[in-house]
Order: sequence, then structure tokens, then C-alpha cells
Amino acid sequence: MALKKDFVKFDKVDKSYDGKVLVVKDLQLDIEEGEFVTMLGPSGSGKTTCLMMLAGFETPTNGEIYLDGNAISSIPPHKRGIGMVFQNYALFPHMTVYENLAFPLRVRKIPKDEADKKIDKALSMVSLQGFAQRMPGQLSGGQQQRVAVARSLVFDPQLVLMDEPLGALDKNLRESMQYEIKHIHENIGVTVVYVTHDQSEALTMSNRIAVFNDGKVQQLSSPDELYEKPVNSFVAEFIGENNTFAGEVSDISGGKCKVKLANAEILANPISVKGKGEKTTVSLRPERALINPSEKMDNIHKGKIEEVIYHGDHTRVRINLLGNSEFILKVPNSSSNLDIKLGNEIKIGWNSDDARALDPK
Amino acid sequence: MSSETKQILTTDGIPLEVSLKKAERRNKIKAFLLVAPLLFFLIITYVFPIGDMLMRSVDDKMVTNMLPKTFKAMETWDGQELPEEEVFEAFYLDFRQLVDNKQEGKLSTQLNYTKNGFKSIIKKLRRKSKNFEEGNYKEQIMAVHKRWADVEYWKAIKRRAPAFTGQKYLKGMDMYKNESGEIVSVEEDRRIHRVLWLRTLEIAFFVTVFCFLMAYPIAHLLATLPMKYSNLLMICVLLPFWTSLLVRTASWMILLQQQGVVNDFFVMIGLVADDARPEMMFNKTGSYVAMTQILLPFMVLPLYSVMKTISPSLMRAGKSLGGTPFVAFWKVYFPLTIPGIGAGCLLVFILAIGYYITPALVGGASGTLISNQIAYHMKSTLDWSFASAMGLMLLSGVLVIYWIYNKIVGIDNIKLG
Repeated sequence: MALKKDFVKFDKVDKSYDGKVLVVKDLQLDIEEGEFVTMLGPSGSGKTTCLMMLAGFETPTNGEIYLDGNAISSIPPHKRGIGMVFQNYALFPHMTVYENLAFPLRVRKIPKDEADKKIDKALSMVSLQGFAQRMPGQLSGGQQQRVAVARSLVFDPQLVLMDEPLGALDKNLRESMQYEIKHIHENIGVTVVYVTHDQSEALTMSNRIAVFNDGKVQQLSSPDELYEKPVNSFVAEFIGENNTFAGEVSDISGGKCKVKLANAEILANPISVKGKGEKTTVSLRPERALINPSEKMDNIHKGKIEEVIYHGDHTRVRINLLGNSEFILKVPNSSSNLDIKLGNEIKIGWNSDDARALDPK
Repeated sequence: MSSETKQILTTDGIPLEVSLKKAERRNKIKAFLLVAPLLFFLIITYVFPIGDMLMRSVDDKMVTNMLPKTFKAMETWDGQELPEEEVFEAFYLDFRQLVDNKQEGKLSTQLNYTKNGFKSIIKKLRRKSKNFEEGNYKEQIMAVHKRWADVEYWKAIKRRAPAFTGQKYLKGMDMYKNESGEIVSVEEDRRIHRVLWLRTLEIAFFVTVFCFLMAYPIAHLLATLPMKYSNLLMICVLLPFWTSLLVRTASWMILLQQQGVVNDFFVMIGLVADDARPEMMFNKTGSYVAMTQILLPFMVLPLYSVMKTISPSLMRAGKSLGGTPFVAFWKVYFPLTIPGIGAGCLLVFILAIGYYITPALVGGASGTLISNQIAYHMKSTLDWSFASAMGLMLLSGVLVIYWIYNKIVGIDNIKLG
């Protein structure tokens, strides 16, 4: 059975709450069956609204959403058969874990012995066997979260939505839960649409990430592509750390362009610039720039170290480079980096391929 | 285990427990002093009056104190035949004493409570006893009136010997102790209190039900509307609180009377004929309408405070898991509001069961409650002991309801705000 390419399809979806502002603009998004897609974006970017429209708690103002080929805008939430994990887990506090999990099965009139089997399976999936008779209030945040995941999966939905499910957990627990959810997804092959504003979470878990801003999908691609090849400066800025130079294209030829800064000129990779005279922001990942480059690089400039912050496995160095005093370098902590001292002048080099000339900010 | 037996000492050698207690004593005293005024206030305004009521309701010392010699002499009387001369003599001596102190009227009132017919024979005895000769009082007293020769009247006197009595409570239940000491109900057509108790329970119950039915949607709306609308609605709910109870009741009188606004409206829209305007006041309807309106906020507020804490995502979760909106409401939302329902219903029921002003003004004859009867005995008949007895019966009724509620729902499940 071939997996459907457009298992979930947002077709030209608009959403406005007040008739004045569009929170989602002309959204076009296809999600493949069995895929783990994350909607990532700052708060107010429309990602949660999209999820709510998919779940059925909001209706699109315009356009249509298709699930497995069927238009679902007019189907009420309880008939969509979509599992959902909520931000605050939304476990029913007056029911035991067992009853919480039994709820979706009971409303589907599944016989008790079959339901019990499903519940056992779901609980073992999140390694919570033996917790069936506990009340949600007696569980820790991580356990409640797992119950919520189990509950959203227990009735074998084809699609599970997760709305910032890890937001309330502490950092360590959040990380281990990320892997746990990822493994569950890999094991049962359910399609997951995941909403978060935490980019590292998105990068860890997803097959593809849709970066939202201003009601629009800025870029939809795999985590590595998103990080390595952002298509605009919002994505470059939002995902990971980023050094930027604002300037103007002075020459463009042979897959390379020259960008004129205030008092220098650098070589860059033209991504969204077409011709001379265009304003641009050049984006460069901190780990792509080297100190005292030994290999030949087409951009080598001198800068002054302004700040050195020790981070254990690496050192963050802030450098005043070509008029940008916020230029960040991440230097692995090894014995060879001896001349990283405050106030030192050092040489910094990078390849023009890694410096992406994007739209101006 | 060994660590438990070993005493932990502080650095200056005092056991830790002792020094902890010492350190906390000051705070405990401070805390007690802070609550002391309230405690004092409660004792004076609550414990003491209720204790006094309890005493009053069972107190029967009046006759005991008026006829001390008689009751002493009666101790040896078997209560079957007419008593011996010594009882009559003692009674005569007690009675002379009362006449000298002009107290015989009270005695006749009190004895008349026990048995009808004492009033006239005591009056007669007072007149005749001035001319009694010494000795053979039995003959002389029996000659005053034939009832004095009737053993039933002497039995009636003897029944008043104990200093305490439960007869006011029996009276409150339309029962009494008959001559042979059995507890029996009064004749059917004289049972006024049982009717009142039942009506009180009935009205309190239905007022609670009406309040609940109206308050639940209001509270839900209040809890889910955006702030600017919910504030306005909240003011509407609370507005009656800021108006005097009397004014509210009086305005219901204006609305509900036969020539009132509601009736006029009914006639205008043709619901009723002009000459057949329904009576909506001075009967149960009046009590129901006015009490429901007045007690509504007491139901709305606890419900609101509980609903406010229920996350809207719970209902969403219920729906996303496949529950229809009704199932999601009934299985998820409703059970979570039970603490509020419990608090609201208990509050409204208890307030309604002791409601006084509103039923007195709009209830008429068929809409009055037991509290109106209590007030009647306080103010008109001055039978305070009976009023106290009924007050305590009401109080214990409330406590019983509270106890039942605690058994069924659990009092920790209550949430007032």
C-alpha cells in the first residue's frame, strides 16, 4: 500500500477571527501519510490556529482542509477521528488513567475485553503499565504527558495532533520525552502534526518542519535543509544561531555574488537576490566560520574579540567583524585555540557557499 | 530504627523536639490571639444563644418551682387513685404562697397547657381558698369544683413535676404525651406543624431545583464569556445583592399581584382573560418565584467559581476523543462541576429552609414556612420555649441534611469559591 502524499491537505486556507486581520493567509500544505510534521513558529504566527482547524475546533474562513481525500470543514471534531494531545495534557481529572484511556473506546462502543487489550497496549507503549488505577493528579508531569499521548493513540487514529505537549515539562524530561514520542511515532507509523515554538524540539523530532510566521508557511522542509539552507532571513534567524551582514549586491555572476557592506565587501551565495543593487541580508551559521583558517577560503577578514563565554564543550566568542559587533563564533574546546583572548585580533574565514544572501530584513 | 530511638540534640544540648516546641510556642500564642476575638464573638453570638435556646426548649422548671411541696408529697403517690390528704395539704400551702405572690395566674396558664380546664378551677380555688379552715384540705378542695375530685387533673399536675420536658418538641411534630404517658399524634384536623414542615422541605427543595436549573447556564456563560461581557453579566447577577431584601420582595409584590405588571402583561398578550387573572401571590407561587430570584446568586457564585477552574481544553479533549458534545459535557464537564453544584444546592437549600421575610410577605397562608411559625410564637403567643424547640428542630434538620450530604458527596468535595 503506497503512502498517500497528501494525506492531510490544506488548500488555500484563510482564517480570520475578527474580520480585519488574517491569522492564517492562503495556507497551502500537504502532509504525507506516516509523516511527522512540525509546525514551528513564534507565538501568534498562526500555527496553533492551523492545528485547531485541523482538529475541528476552528473553521477555516476560506479554503478547505482535506483528510485522506475528504473535505472535513463541515465535519464536527468528534467525527473526525483525530487523536489530540493538548498543551496542558487535558486529562480528565475525575477519572483514573484507565478511565481516561477507556473514554475514546467507550464512545466508540468497543467491547470491554477488546478495549482492555488496547488500553494495556497503549500503556505499555508509554511504559506506564501498573498505573491504570491512578488518578491523573497522582502522576508527575511527565507521566501525565505520557498518559495524554497514550490516550490520543489508544483508539488507533490515523492522525495525531500535538499542541506544544512538552511545554510544561522541565528541560531534561522534555528532551527524553522528545525521543520517546519520536520512537512511538516510528513504531506505529501514525501521522503526527506537532506544534511547538521550540526549534530544537522541532529539529529533533520531525521528518519535515513547516516554519510559520505572520500566518504563512515560510519554509517547509526537512530539519537539516531548514538549518543548512534557509530560504529567507526569517527562517535563518528563527532556526539556530545566525550571523548576519546587511548590505547591497554589487556584483552577481557564476553562482556567486559580491555584497557591499558599510566598509567592506564579502562574497556570498545568492539565494533570493537576482541582480545588482538589491538590498540583502547575508546569513552565516556560526559553526561555518573558522578562526585562523588553514584551508583556502574565499572570505577572510580580521576581527577583534569582544567577549568570550565558556560553555563547557565549546566556547562562544563574540567578535566585532566588518562593523558587526554581534558576530558569534562557536569554538570547540581543544588545546589548540590558545589565542582566543579578549581584545585579540584574529583572522576569520568562511566559504562563500555558506554565506547565504537572503532577502533584506 | 536506631535513629528513631536516639534523641537529636541541638548545639546547646536541649533536645530538638523541646526547643522546636519552644520556638513555635510564641507563634502559636500569637495565632491564637489573632483568632481570639472571633472565637469570643462566636461564643457570645452563637454558642451561647443556641445553648440558651436548647435550655429554654426543654425547661419546665416554672411549675416545678411553683409547687415544690406538692411535688415532694406526690413522690409517694402511686398515681392511680386520688392522692392522700398530705398531697392536698401541700398543694394548698403552695397555692396560698402563689396567691400571696399573685402568681396563681401563671400556674393556671401552665397547667392549662397540660390539660384543658385548669383555668376556671384555679380561679375558683383562689376565691374559695381564702375561707378554708385548717385541716382536711382534701375535702375542702374537692368541694370547690368536681374536677378537683377527678384523678386525671391530679395526674396532669404530677406530669409537670420534672424540671425538664420534651413536650415542646412533641408539639412541634403535632404529637403529645397522653395521660398514660404514650406519645400519640394529635387529631388529624389539628396537625398544623407537620404540614408546615413538609411544606418547608418542599419549597426549599423546589427553590433549590429552580435555582440550579437557572444558575447552571448563567454560571457557564459567566465562566466562558470574554472578560468584558462576563463582567457585565456578573454585575447583573450581583445587582440584587446590593438591593435590600425587603425592597426586592416588595417589588415582587408589585409584579405578581393580581393587578400587577405580570398579570397585566398576560392579559395584554391574551394569555389570560381580564376577569380570570391568576393569583401569583399570597400562595406558594409567590414564595417560589420570589425566593428563587433572591437565592439565585448563592447558586451562581459557587458554580461559577468551580466552572472558572475547568480548562476549556477538557471539553475539547472529550470531543476530539470522539465524544459528541453532549457526551463530552455529561462525562467530562458535568462531573467536574459537582463540587460547585453541591455547594450551591446546600447553600440555597439551607437558606431556603429557614427563610422568613419573603414568605411572610408574599407567601400568604399557603406559602408560609416553619420559620414564620417560629416568629409567630416568638412575637404573638410569647411561647418562647416552643419557638426555641422548633428553631432547634430546624437546626438539627439542617445538620442532618449536611450529614447526609457529607455521606453521599463528601464535604471535602464542596467548593464555595
